[in-house]
Amino acid sequence: MPQHELILLKNMMQPGYTGSLADYEKAGGYQALRTTLGKVAPADVTTAVRKSGLRGRGGAGFPTGVKWGFLPKDYHGPRYLCCNADESEPGTFKDRQLMERDPHQMLEGIVLACYAIGAESAYIYIRGELVLCAKLLEQAIDEARTAGYIGKNILGTGINVDVWVHRGAGAYICGEETALLESLEGKRGLPRIKPPFPATHGLYNKPTVVNNVETLANLPHILARGADWFASIGSPPKSTGTRVFCVSGHVKRPGNYEVPMGVTFRELVYEHAGGMRSNKPIKAFIPGGASAPFLTPAHLDVKLDFESVAAAGSMLGSGGVTVMEEGTSMVWAALRLMEFFYHESCGKCSPCREGSSWLVQTMRRILAKRGRMEDLETLSDLCKNIAGRTVCAFGDAEVAPIQGTLKYWREEYVALIREAEAANLIMPEPAGVKH
Amino acid sequence: MLRDTYKDEIEEILSRYPVKRSALIPLLYMAQRDHGYVSESAMKEIAQLLGLTPPQVYETITFYTMFNLKPVGKFHIQVCKSLMCALVGSDTVLEWIKAKLGIGPGESTPDRLFSLCLVECLAACGTGPMMQINDDYYERLTEEKLDRILSDLRSTGTSALKSGPFMWPEPVTVKGER
Repeated sequence: MPQHELILLKNMMQPGYTGSLADYEKAGGYQALRTTLGKVAPADVTTAVRKSGLRGRGGAGFPTGVKWGFLPKDYHGPRYLCCNADESEPGTFKDRQLMERDPHQMLEGIVLACYAIGAESAYIYIRGELVLCAKLLEQAIDEARTAGYIGKNILGTGINVDVWVHRGAGAYICGEETALLESLEGKRGLPRIKPPFPATHGLYNKPTVVNNVETLANLPHILARGADWFASIGSPPKSTGTRVFCVSGHVKRPGNYEVPMGVTFRELVYEHAGGMRSNKPIKAFIPGGASAPFLTPAHLDVKLDFESVAAAGSMLGSGGVTVMEEGTSMVWAALRLMEFFYHESCGKCSPCREGSSWLVQTMRRILAKRGRMEDLETLSDLCKNIAGRTVCAFGDAEVAPIQGTLKYWREEYVALIREAEAANLIMPEPAGVKH
Repeated sequence: MLRDTYKDEIEEILSRYPVKRSALIPLLYMAQRDHGYVSESAMKEIAQLLGLTPPQVYETITFYTMFNLKPVGKFHIQVCKSLMCALVGSDTVLEWIKAKLGIGPGESTPDRLFSLCLVECLAACGTGPMMQINDDYYERLTEEKLDRILSDLRSTGTSALKSGPFMWPEPVTVKGER
């Protein structure tokens, strides 16, 4: 296996590392905070992050330093940082590990980000199911507060940053940044219409930055070792650094693997995750969480960076790579994901709310061998009328599984429908409908 | 009344936010802790505490799947059914539970000890099939493990098979091996 330097998982890979403050400090933790707070101007921290090329690790891949730069310079009221720990994208399970095994790495990143953007309050919005994780984070915050890394007058610099854990309550959509803010305000998690963007009108209508756990966890390293160092890793200039990829599905060794951006799917699946669990060859894989269209074995040599995956017709998204072996029904797989999106649609926009239900019903009918050829047209048509017509990106995400499978495995849909035709099992025409 | 039982906790929760309504979800969790669900009277009291109308509380609570409006079993089993778990056998896990407890999704055992429901992705895709029971995750389920979990819960109320701080694959001590 090729050896790469680990950045984010390095500490926790050490035998006996518990993630306590003492362990983290022994591994060099909170040094970036000491050398940055009050010594480097906040604007220079933002510049360094921009120069490092760090892009958001939550899914959209927006450059972090640029995002911070959108905050108004002439506004002197409160500003907020929200850490998006609502890890809910099917196929993704990295943030849970980063928080439960090395919480201080992320907390140091949070304080650094607050310093850069001038925020004195940070909320960690964590998905509600991660009860243990929330407890561990609260313990870590208490430890850091006692040691003077969080709270009033941090390390005697006069800088105040307080951090709270806020648990969500089981809604996928709250990972969308404006839905997260609504939820944090105690409301239903419905995404907001943008603009205005959170940078100017975020939490409580105040300038706000929302960053993913993994994004924040990178900050101490960038500030300790320099933007140039970080920018040289991975697939510069557009995809720098490493990423923690979550491999699931039919592989021998599923799990989290940190690799520099730009290695191929083949290396990730066959060398890190140990290849396929049985002797069956790979049939399909999802490159970046449920919202990313499926790819085929022909795409195994695509590089794991934002641009390459986009050029292959999918997206790197949240880094969740799900592998399926030969024999897996693609219609079944797409339906399972579609059921997820149907369940999680927040209901704000009609195309998504009604469309997801229609898609699920049509898919169920096809899989139950009661479909008809026109259903394929209906599916494509619905997908086209949902994507891009909703307030948030959920609409584009929910059609990905169907569009991807229709593109590469259309014959599986057709075969199921042919079976229905042959057995004369087609659903009867509903009464009163004229074509 | 919540405000008598949890006076200090309520104050601490309110102190975290500059706007009271933000405390809604934390307060609902607090109300759910004792009985496994949030009663109508608790919702009304929380509305009063936060200066909201009861419908504002109700519209919020019904958006989130983790709040129960009806009593659930003492051990509330939630099996992940999303694709990543389904690829590695979550449908089979569901069948085992149905057979062992004699209940389906949305049902409780007559003694109210166990209730079962299906949920979407719980961010444990590399260690599926998995389920959550109350606050705890149980991962890489096998039939043998499931038997032990259910019997542990029956006899002691907890199980050592629940997940600790998550890391997968686990670190190894032998150099060059994973």
